[in-house]
Amino acid sequence: MNTIKTTYREAVREAIREAIRQDSRVFLMGEDVGRYGGCFAVSKGLLDELGPERIRDTPLSESAFVGAGIGAAMGGMRPIVEIMTVNFSLLALDQILNNAATILHMSGGQFNIPLVIRMATGGGRQLAAQHSHSLEGWYAHIPGIKVLAPATLEDARGMLWTALEDPDPVLIFENALLYNLEGELPADAGPVGIDKAKVLRSGTDVSLITYGGSLYKTLDAAERLAGEGISAEVLDLRTLRPLDTPAILASVAKTHRAVIVDEGWRSGSISAEISTRLMEGAFYELDAPVARVCSAEVPMPYPKHLEQAALPQAETIVQTVRQLVGGHG
Amino acid sequence: MPSLGSDMEAGTLVEWLIKPGDIVKRGDIVAVVETQKGAIDVETFEAGVVEQILVPVGEKVPVGAVLALIRSEGEAAAAPPPAPVPVPERPQPQAPIVTPGRARISPAARKHAGELGVDLAGLTGTGPGGAVTLDDVERAAQSAKLKPPTAAERHAAMRQAIGAAMARSKREIPHYYLGTTIDMSRAMAWLQTENERRPITERLLHAVLLLKAVALAVRQVPELNGFWINGESRPSQDVHVGMGISLRGGGLVAPALHQADSRSLDELMAGLRDLVQRARTGSLRSSELSDATLTITHLGEQGVDTVYGIIYPPRVALVGFGRVLERPWSVNGKIESRPLLQATLAADHRASNGHRGGLFLTALDRLLQEPEKL
Repeated sequence: MNTIKTTYREAVREAIREAIRQDSRVFLMGEDVGRYGGCFAVSKGLLDELGPERIRDTPLSESAFVGAGIGAAMGGMRPIVEIMTVNFSLLALDQILNNAATILHMSGGQFNIPLVIRMATGGGRQLAAQHSHSLEGWYAHIPGIKVLAPATLEDARGMLWTALEDPDPVLIFENALLYNLEGELPADAGPVGIDKAKVLRSGTDVSLITYGGSLYKTLDAAERLAGEGISAEVLDLRTLRPLDTPAILASVAKTHRAVIVDEGWRSGSISAEISTRLMEGAFYELDAPVARVCSAEVPMPYPKHLEQAALPQAETIVQTVRQLVGGHG
Repeated sequence: MPSLGSDMEAGTLVEWLIKPGDIVKRGDIVAVVETQKGAIDVETFEAGVVEQILVPVGEKVPVGAVLALIRSEGEAAAAPPPAPVPVPERPQPQAPIVTPGRARISPAARKHAGELGVDLAGLTGTGPGGAVTLDDVERAAQSAKLKPPTAAERHAAMRQAIGAAMARSKREIPHYYLGTTIDMSRAMAWLQTENERRPITERLLHAVLLLKAVALAVRQVPELNGFWINGESRPSQDVHVGMGISLRGGGLVAPALHQADSRSLDELMAGLRDLVQRARTGSLRSSELSDATLTITHLGEQGVDTVYGIIYPPRVALVGFGRVLERPWSVNGKIESRPLLQATLAADHRASNGHRGGLFLTALDRLLQEPEKL
């Protein structure tokens, strides 16, 4: 197969470029997406290539430009709205929850909101407690929207088009640490499904259930566990709402143990939701309590060693699995 | 390599503006690096003499990598590395609740133990907190398999099984009982004549006549032949007669003679012999033990006159025979001595009514009056 070397950032950029070229209704807007090229350089060069009609810089007001995106979507456009980070998206939460997620219902089914909102999420970059949190689990609480967490190059490249095709609002969370991820992608890579979780590593002793930025730490942990004779399955959730519950249950029915790795805080989290679904759907398959590796319940620290200590790490995952598997083998 | 953006992990050195021996001061541009955001000038924050260039042009290095060495005035050697930062203890999450005396058994292990019939009491757990896990149950099942049960254990297990089946039968099945006395003089006479011309090894027992007669009679009253499952009657097309056979040591089995209604008396006799022998040596096939559609209990050899049987669920009828005994019998107004047999039917009232049960016994009697046709 013909492949190209690329990065997560370039894959997202290519997805935006292709969507704008293929569909005259698609445009990108957000803070600094145009002349500056995006605060994570995702849209670098797109303004020159596609012009100011399609790559639009907005004033520094999340509520205003997300609201404008909703209006444009109602008016027949297919906007891609970029918000710098998930922390700033809270300024637009009213628009997202009370308008985007709700208007289809409030209008008696008259108005779909075919809006895509992209934003960076996650810590590990020493940007402290106002730029580093993982709040995608909060958004997964809201009916009326879909929540995607592309972790692989394939998904970074392919999820955007599928999200734009969706008649209702879709939020895409890009873990900012992944932008520099390098790898090979088929030259003809294109849209991917957004409704199924994916087993990225098959195993028999424990299911490691994760998504987004934690995926590579989890794969690393699985590799180390294999060296100890513990066969870990790694399930990339890909989509946090709706959760692919059958895939989660099927994996745990096979391994009988589950560790959920989530960069969000533990209390009231997406990991709590997954754990509950396992209780509801796979109680009699469980051979050990469901375990979680989450971020410490503190505002994200600035100092590097404290920040790393607060985040899930491969070592923590390995230790948690060892305790869970106990006298196995 | 300086961090030129919070998400920058690496940069490519595209140009050096200094060379070893140059004197630089704070703020001088020393190099150009290429990042995701474009080419960026790198300035120095230290003054001194450039000692060594470490990264050649065109090389991509991670943020934090040393690009060049600058010796500041009066500096002799590199500073010692900083002391390692101690890693703080991670607070442990809430420990799980432990109730003293309550066994720690995983849900999956408990379920699997039920399926395998493994006794969880006394198992040592190897899971988290000493919990019994699937592996522990598997191991226990394996070791139980390796150790064959003793005769006493087998006997106890069989009594348990019989007890459970009979208790369930009496609890769930509304039995009704019908009995009739059958004149066996024609049957016994035919049997005697028949056996006289046969070698000893091929002689027939009257039990075989009873067996065949039951199998034929039940075809006329099919609701007695079959099962009661999930609240409904399931009559069987085939007639597989389960023969109650008592085992040495007190056990009881009722293996089936398959298709008893369509087999000859000789075949049935051979089948019965084979079944009894194999029942007593413990080599019955599972299908024989499970698929009988009707049971016969024959206790004549034990001197029993009348059998009041308990149906083996999910079957719906049991035919009982006592001994054949010469007794006074009224024939055409005269008392004669005749070989008589008490035949009884225990039947499930959910599947059949007494009227139909009566028809069965009548048919049985009629069939036994024409033994040559059996």
